[in-house]
Amino acid sequence: MCLAVPMRVVGDPEGSRATVEAEGVVRVVDVSLVEGVVPGDYLIVHAGFAIEKLDVADAEERIELFREMARLDAENPGTEKGG
Amino acid sequence: MRHIRFPTSDLRPPASERRVLLGHGSGGKLSADLVEELIVPRFSNPALDALGDSAVVAIPEGGGRLAITTDSYVVDPIFFPGGDIGDLAVNGTVNDLAMAGADPLYLTLGMVIEEGLLFSDLERVLDSVKRSADSAGVKVVAGDTKVVPRGKADKLFLNTSGVGLVPAGFVSARENIGPGDAVILSGTIGDHGVAVMSKRAGLGFATEVRSDTAALHRMAAALRRLGGALRFMRDPTRGGLAATLCEACRGRPCGVEIGETVIPIDPGVRAACDLLGLDPLHVANEGKMVAFVAPERADEALAAMRGFVEGNDAAVIGRAVETRPGMVVLLTRAGGKRIVDLPAGEILPRIC
Amino acid sequence: MKYIDEFHDGAAAGALSAKIAAAAGRIGRPVRLMEVCGTHTVAVHRHGLRDLFPPGLKLVSGPGCPVCVTPADYVDSAIKAASLPGVTVVTFGDMVRVPGSRSTLVDARASGADVRVVYSPTDALEAAAGEPAREVVFLGVGFETTVPSVAGTMVEARRRGVKNFSVLGAFKQIPNTMRALISDPALAIDGFLCPAHVAAIIGSAAYSFIPAEFKRPCVVAGFEPLDILYGVLGLVTQLAEGRAEVENQYSRVVKTGGNALARRVVHEVLEPADAVWRGIGTIPVSGFRIREGWRDQDAARRFDLSVPALVENPGCRCGEVLRGSLDPPGCSLFGKGCTPERPVGPCMVSSEGSCAANYKYSRQE
Repeated sequence: MCLAVPMRVVGDPEGSRATVEAEGVVRVVDVSLVEGVVPGDYLIVHAGFAIEKLDVADAEERIELFREMARLDAENPGTEKGG
Repeated sequence: MRHIRFPTSDLRPPASERRVLLGHGSGGKLSADLVEELIVPRFSNPALDALGDSAVVAIPEGGGRLAITTDSYVVDPIFFPGGDIGDLAVNGTVNDLAMAGADPLYLTLGMVIEEGLLFSDLERVLDSVKRSADSAGVKVVAGDTKVVPRGKADKLFLNTSGVGLVPAGFVSARENIGPGDAVILSGTIGDHGVAVMSKRAGLGFATEVRSDTAALHRMAAALRRLGGALRFMRDPTRGGLAATLCEACRGRPCGVEIGETVIPIDPGVRAACDLLGLDPLHVANEGKMVAFVAPERADEALAAMRGFVEGNDAAVIGRAVETRPGMVVLLTRAGGKRIVDLPAGEILPRIC
Repeated sequence: MKYIDEFHDGAAAGALSAKIAAAAGRIGRPVRLMEVCGTHTVAVHRHGLRDLFPPGLKLVSGPGCPVCVTPADYVDSAIKAASLPGVTVVTFGDMVRVPGSRSTLVDARASGADVRVVYSPTDALEAAAGEPAREVVFLGVGFETTVPSVAGTMVEARRRGVKNFSVLGAFKQIPNTMRALISDPALAIDGFLCPAHVAAIIGSAAYSFIPAEFKRPCVVAGFEPLDILYGVLGLVTQLAEGRAEVENQYSRVVKTGGNALARRVVHEVLEPADAVWRGIGTIPVSGFRIREGWRDQDAARRFDLSVPALVENPGCRCGEVLRGSLDPPGCSLFGKGCTPERPVGPCMVSSEGSCAANYKYSRQE
């Protein structure tokens, strides 16, 4: 039971509520479980609650790692297979 | 003697608050008023205006076979981004005729109204019926109105039956599908379902996604020119693209293979589905069609679909295959395969 | 969707697949890994990831989701609540088709009960606030990921003075459940893909007993295809190198110590308790119950929801299927007393559970 998606905070939170957005989908979520939420943060949203912030720098680093893997694999296809 | 003045003008509620009463379905004066006031002026045509027990219409010259269909519309809410129940009731039935290869001619309109519905809402829906019917070139020739007590229906249910004419010699049947046939989808999936869900209590989210409700008979007629190379047409509505493809090949000697990366989908639809844990292949459409076409004519069919606004995003999404007969297989973006199933029941948001 | 779509790339998936095959080849024997979380199970199925693993690598499904492991008598109690006059049962969509001893919440609704589906427990609280004359009972199911949301909603209900809101609890905890699964000497699992959004709350360190006590590698991985493939690569790499440790590959969300604020909210409202797992039985300290000080919001104490106690079907061997020591068709109930339409254990309740998947696909071949 753990489906959660990253959504970006738009506007200042009001008390325990904040408006979040992704691809034009907008919803008000409860942010009382996460400290220091500010506009622009990406929140991990589960069942209408933010359960954690997404570390954008960490995410970008991982995306770059995967891109690099894809690039190397395209240059030398199948080299790993022989192991 | 004191003069008592009755504020007669105040006995009638202001027009914006006028509501449908049980009496409007009683068959008496109020019923007649409703038909005279709301129905006849909007939909006027000789067959309807006669207000007989049946509409009597001529069968167009030139032969062919009659296509007859009926469908009921119970969408909640009745107004949603991109349309309302009136648009659905016309376009849905027109599309059922069109997928059978028919040129739509006539519609009937049955209404079950919950007591207390605002006249302004009813008129707004009837305006949509009128606009959609005009735009599709079909005439509303017969109708019926019933009013039920509060709670016995949900605001407004519509039923439309449709009559159309199928040109001699044209057959669209899933039995015609053979290995290698291209599967062409006329546009993005899931728009209608997401637009409606966004307005439902308990799910509430805002989105720019709008229902795709549209009549497809012109596009279908254009495809008919392919003759026998057009094997089969179907509009994926409830149950989504998955249900339509599963039904197309169920029990048949071939299956269908589709590619996740080539299925058109609006990013907003995908985001809403990710949020609610839904599979966009299961989410409803109201203005899309799938065509199975002989491979050598696929480009021609695609170009024909893209010639219409409602087919701008048309794409070849897969093909009929001999492996795995009767089944639909999705080649995923990640490079794996999975079997696509019918949705198990109503489409509900999940959190796991 | 940003930070989701980037983790679906087919070319990177192909590269990871090749790396997994290479690492698995170095292990030199067949490998069985388990994804413990139902959301991983669904993602593996939905993205067809099994096709990207080499033949000697098997990914088996764990206990699934908290819904699948909800005992039948809990569903019976929920149905009883929904059948009381003036009571509305509000639930996540996942629950409504889970069978009780005789029927589901969908059946109850068809018979006139007021059952509503929401996306968030806050939607249930709004329903209660909007209809003060009705009693609103929210079905509080979930692992550590979901529990803070329900607890937070209970705190909010008290703060706002909403008196007609209560929760029927069947909360679950992952660590002790994994301990119960793993402690079996017959365990035939080489490594674990650990529940990641659970870890966002409890911290990746909560899994450290697995390598420490049981010498099995663990990876905390996200739920997108590349996350899962990278997680599997992490596990086979550890196995190939003879290591066993907790590797947090989902550091963009999961911290070693988790989310202390969320845990504080849970602690305020709930206390650890034993819990019954469908098909498995009672596992010590594998759930939460509502604290005495919050009994006014405890539906089980507010209404008489008692139902005849059910004895777990002794023929159900889900425990062994989950430990990887039995294949579904080896269970004598499989396909006979236990089918997706009338499931007995969690592996058949979940549409992606080991037994349900096996039943479905064996029929289609």
